Amino acid sequence: MDFVRQNLLTLITFVPLAGSLVVLFLPSRSKSLIRWTTLLISLIPLGLAVQAWVWFNADPCHDLVAGACFEQQATWFPLLNSTYHVGIDGISLTMVLLTTLLTPLAIIISWSVDDRVKLYMALFLMLEMGMLGVFVSLDLLIFFVFWEIGLVPMYFLINIWGSANRQYASFKFFIYTMAGSLGLLLSIQLIGLTMGTFDLRELMVRWPALTGKLIGIDVNVIKNVAFWLFTLAFAIKVPVWPFHTWLPDAHTEAPTAGSMILAGVLLKLGAYGFLRLVLPFFPQQAHDFAPVLAVLAMLAIVFGALSAFAQTDFKRLVAYSSINHMGFVVLAIAAAGWVGLGAQYEPQSRLNAIIAVNGAVLQMFNHGLSAAAMFALVGMIYERAHTRDLTRLGGLWPVAPIYGGILLFSSMASLGLPGLNGFVSEFLVVRGVWPVGQVDQNGTSVFVLMVALSMVGLLFTGAYILKAVRHVLHGPLNREAVEMAHGRSLEINAREVIAMAPLLVLMLVIGVFPSWLVEVINQTVTKLWS
Amino acid sequence: MENIGLIAFLIPASPLLAFFIILLFTRHSKLASDIVAMVAILFTWVLAGILLYLALTTPHLGEEPLTAGLVWLPLGDAVTDSLRMGVLVDPLGAVMLFFVPLTATMIFIYSTGYMASGSYWTEVTGEGDHDAVDTAGRKLKKFDATAWKARFMAFIALFAGAMLILSLADNLLLLFVGWEIMGLCSYLLIGFWHNRVYANQPKRITPMLAGIKAFMTTRVGDMPMLVGIAWLYSFTGTLNFREILYNPEVLEGLNVLAFPNVPALAGVTVAGAIGILLFMGAIGKSAQFPLHTWLPDAMEGPTPVSAMIHAATMVSAGVYMIIRMFPLMSAGWDGHALTLPMQVMASVGAFTALFAATIAVAQCDVKKVLAYSTISQLGYMVAAVGIGAYVAAAFHLMTHAIFKALLFMGSGSIIHAVEHGEEHAHHHGHHFPIDFDAQDMFNMGGLWKRIPVTAWTFLIGGLALSGFPFVTAGFWSKDEILADAFAHNPTVFWVLAAAAFLTAFYTMRQIGLTFAGEPRTHAAEEATQTDWRMNLPLVVLAFFAVFAGYVGVHEGFPVLGKLLGGNFFHHFVGSTLLKEPEALAFSWAPVLLSIGIALSGLLIGWLVYVRRPLQAEDEDPLKKVLGPIYTLLENKYYFDELYDLIFVRPSKWVSEQIVYLLLDKQIIDGFLHFVARFFEWLAFRNKDFDTYVVNGLGDSVAEGIGKTSDSFKYVQSGRIQQYMAIAIAGVLMLVGVFVWALFLR
Repeated sequence: MDFVRQNLLTLITFVPLAGSLVVLFLPSRSKSLIRWTTLLISLIPLGLAVQAWVWFNADPCHDLVAGACFEQQATWFPLLNSTYHVGIDGISLTMVLLTTLLTPLAIIISWSVDDRVKLYMALFLMLEMGMLGVFVSLDLLIFFVFWEIGLVPMYFLINIWGSANRQYASFKFFIYTMAGSLGLLLSIQLIGLTMGTFDLRELMVRWPALTGKLIGIDVNVIKNVAFWLFTLAFAIKVPVWPFHTWLPDAHTEAPTAGSMILAGVLLKLGAYGFLRLVLPFFPQQAHDFAPVLAVLAMLAIVFGALSAFAQTDFKRLVAYSSINHMGFVVLAIAAAGWVGLGAQYEPQSRLNAIIAVNGAVLQMFNHGLSAAAMFALVGMIYERAHTRDLTRLGGLWPVAPIYGGILLFSSMASLGLPGLNGFVSEFLVVRGVWPVGQVDQNGTSVFVLMVALSMVGLLFTGAYILKAVRHVLHGPLNREAVEMAHGRSLEINAREVIAMAPLLVLMLVIGVFPSWLVEVINQTVTKLWS
Repeated sequence: MENIGLIAFLIPASPLLAFFIILLFTRHSKLASDIVAMVAILFTWVLAGILLYLALTTPHLGEEPLTAGLVWLPLGDAVTDSLRMGVLVDPLGAVMLFFVPLTATMIFIYSTGYMASGSYWTEVTGEGDHDAVDTAGRKLKKFDATAWKARFMAFIALFAGAMLILSLADNLLLLFVGWEIMGLCSYLLIGFWHNRVYANQPKRITPMLAGIKAFMTTRVGDMPMLVGIAWLYSFTGTLNFREILYNPEVLEGLNVLAFPNVPALAGVTVAGAIGILLFMGAIGKSAQFPLHTWLPDAMEGPTPVSAMIHAATMVSAGVYMIIRMFPLMSAGWDGHALTLPMQVMASVGAFTALFAATIAVAQCDVKKVLAYSTISQLGYMVAAVGIGAYVAAAFHLMTHAIFKALLFMGSGSIIHAVEHGEEHAHHHGHHFPIDFDAQDMFNMGGLWKRIPVTAWTFLIGGLALSGFPFVTAGFWSKDEILADAFAHNPTVFWVLAAAAFLTAFYTMRQIGLTFAGEPRTHAAEEATQTDWRMNLPLVVLAFFAVFAGYVGVHEGFPVLGKLLGGNFFHHFVGSTLLKEPEALAFSWAPVLLSIGIALSGLLIGWLVYVRRPLQAEDEDPLKKVLGPIYTLLENKYYFDELYDLIFVRPSKWVSEQIVYLLLDKQIIDGFLHFVARFFEWLAFRNKDFDTYVVNGLGDSVAEGIGKTSDSFKYVQSGRIQQYMAIAIAGVLMLVGVFVWALFLR
């Protein structure tokens, strides 16, 4: 057990990689063996993450700078003074839990993948490694390496197993994210080389305090440039309006499990980047440009909802809903940026920022659950009826009552129905952001305005969710959908119910009793503002 | 006091548990589901009775209410920053605890009988067997909904649970939780027969669309309410009712200017602004003008649902919330000049009361009359809160819940009877058109002898609604509102009085059209309804519709006032507030006026519809009298059409054409494709270079980009639009930057 504890994060991150190598050596023909092996391997990080949760709660470490949990450091790239350094706090722990939970569920959903199963499963495990690596890194260069590693398997997953327009979608996804990463790499190098280290903890203290001139240029100018490059990379990933158009294409064309992970975890990488890097590294810039970010977040919320409402493709509708939901995360981050880390702006606003960021992190987790569930449900109907066109579905509730119940439940979580998870986080964001800027001496009413306008988005969230439910489940039965299934039942099967059950249970549990999760997030967030 | 917490927790938990049990385990058995639901609601009723007893026997309940709670969300580093959730039973809560479980239990019993069987038309798409074709050319088939009945009990159990959460909540957020879950339930229940279509009426709203309409319309109000909650929370640091509403310092603190820098809103206080935002939620939920349009269409749901939505639960929730928040709404009120939220409530409420009553006069669907009557009565309550008649509003909320539940279930019983009559008549060889409407009052008549229990109880409910003097609960509560308005706000009084006249008239019209005279159709002739599960709730509620009013008779009322122990209700509910409102001095004028108005309305209704009952094929006599106005009223002033034109269609158009197609597809993606095309060009320029220098790798990259660019081509519509779009994007961006730099920064 000691060995596990000492190498916990390394194990969580690299067990999937080892697993993917194992899978590659399995015989291609025994698909069943490959699936089961992959599933069992993916359960190991989940088990370890739960164990991490238990250990973390017994002995929490909420302050990264003072000391992260399960920390491990090893020589990696001495020439650049970059080390393999991992460790987590409450925020990263939450994300690790989300990632390790969604991966096995996505693999269960992938049971129906029949083409090149071995490669598919191996790529999936590699993908998991990339995402986990980002969340546990405490070194900028390592962070970037993992950030990029995650892209490659996802590109192939979309490109090989995607639907009709997959070439276009995968390419757009890859190039767009790469374009963002380019700037990210540039500014990471800039920071690393000027500071002589890539260590996050050291940089968190030293980089924001840096003043004077660098190579003849005012540090603030450099910081501004670096801030925008960071922000651009993360804004593309989240995505923030108007950098979002890769998302509906990638999500729609990706295989079901790919979409689950894309929406469930990959988008969170961007938001995580904002929280972990942008806010601590660039407090001044985050404050100065907070209104811009808030406006973009509001546009994501409103336009995301309106665009979702305009769709007739079920999957595209769900894809746009991600933009709508992630907008709340960015809105909270913008408000927190305005208040600023520490107490340098206005002590009264501190609680508002804490509440907003609590909401943001919880919203990341919640959206992970509900978006994964929604994509899985879309995939189920697509697999059977061979169409995602809402006008060709309809009235399926009587023929698939359990599926219908689960779809309604997940839709309501996505819509933000009180009693389910989404509401808690959205309320926290609204509550946290609303008063930000009003009590400041150099106050701004941007945040008030943005929250008010976001309500229009929330209204249309209801509209597009009900539109989807109506066109799939309600109304007279559309026989076309039944005929397209060629005798196969449209009802959900046991395997799929097993994959959905943990998501549904968590949606309800977090909605009714969120304190176990919020407690962990809150402690860390509170420390950020101490 | 830990027991209080446990009891209060179990009250909503029991029906919520029933919801999950039915859906997960017993949904295939109607009987088992009925039993689960009944056990749950009876358990709840008993517990609510115990809690009510504890509340009533607590001295000074207003000062020291029953409470329990726990930390729900740990926030910040101080315990005081955390969000607590808990229960509160104060006098106002006790009133809810009396009538909500009572009406809910009755509705549950009734539902087990009402939902026993049933089938309706659904549409057949594509090839397939069908039973009929309607005038719109749609192929129709009978759909047997019996298999769905078990699920119905699950949904109303969830509904009851949500309403109980709302009634017991000790803070605004928990109230909002119950509030929204009810919104979901109403959506599910109104749309319960989701695949139903109406033969020969392709334009008539279907249950599915009615459910969506209810959800979306109320959501319009819920969003500002959510902002109000967030504002209140951030301003006071708490959402607990007692900490805000029973605390003079907090109320005083809320009475500061909200927008000192905005000239247009200069006089608005924080309490006023929050009050307005919260009231918007109530406008949606309690179907006040201008968000009233969802409620009549909610009649598409099964009748027990209508009773649930209109009496015990959903619409009451809005009024309950504004009564609950009255200290906030009236912060800074000196007893004379109304605060801003109060002015708004008084105007909206009074207007709605009259407005809806006029529509009710010209409806021919037995349930729609009741629907508009509900809107109108809710208007009374809202107006009462607006003029500061706190206790009267709560009183009318209670009595109305009871007699309106009675009326709805009575109308359900009527419809059920006529449907059965239709089936019987069918067996006897009479042919009915496929669009026979069992809810149309002109297809009824002469039901008095055929369903006497329903008839008698419906009459009692109707008289209570009209405010028939002395022997009905509705008289006492309505009279109290009118008396208060008479003393403080004559305008409101006369508007409400006019509405009261119409109420009495349309009630008598309804009773006359349904019960009086001879049957106008074969279905009415053979109508029967003998299920005890449907009759028992009617009798129980009829009892309360008569006697519930005697708890609140004015002390000064001759004979009765003294006899009944001096207005128990007023002192009890009044003690919820920091300062118990003083009872008005008794005055004969409003009492006599309201008696006169009610009786004259009833009399005219009687003269027109009962003394000379309509014959088959007769037109409504009102049509001749009112002429085009009748058509206007029949079409509800065309509000549905108006909203469709100015809200529904534009939002669809903007989403599709502007936000999706123009912004995303044309401008943003157009720009990306432009960049891609540029690189494609670059790649081809380099191709020769590549071939010689970087042989393999370079080729594949260029080819890859080229191929991808090729696939980009198909997305594009044409160059000129593209460039225009990019130009627009540039301009928009510049404008954005300027706006930000000049105004927002």
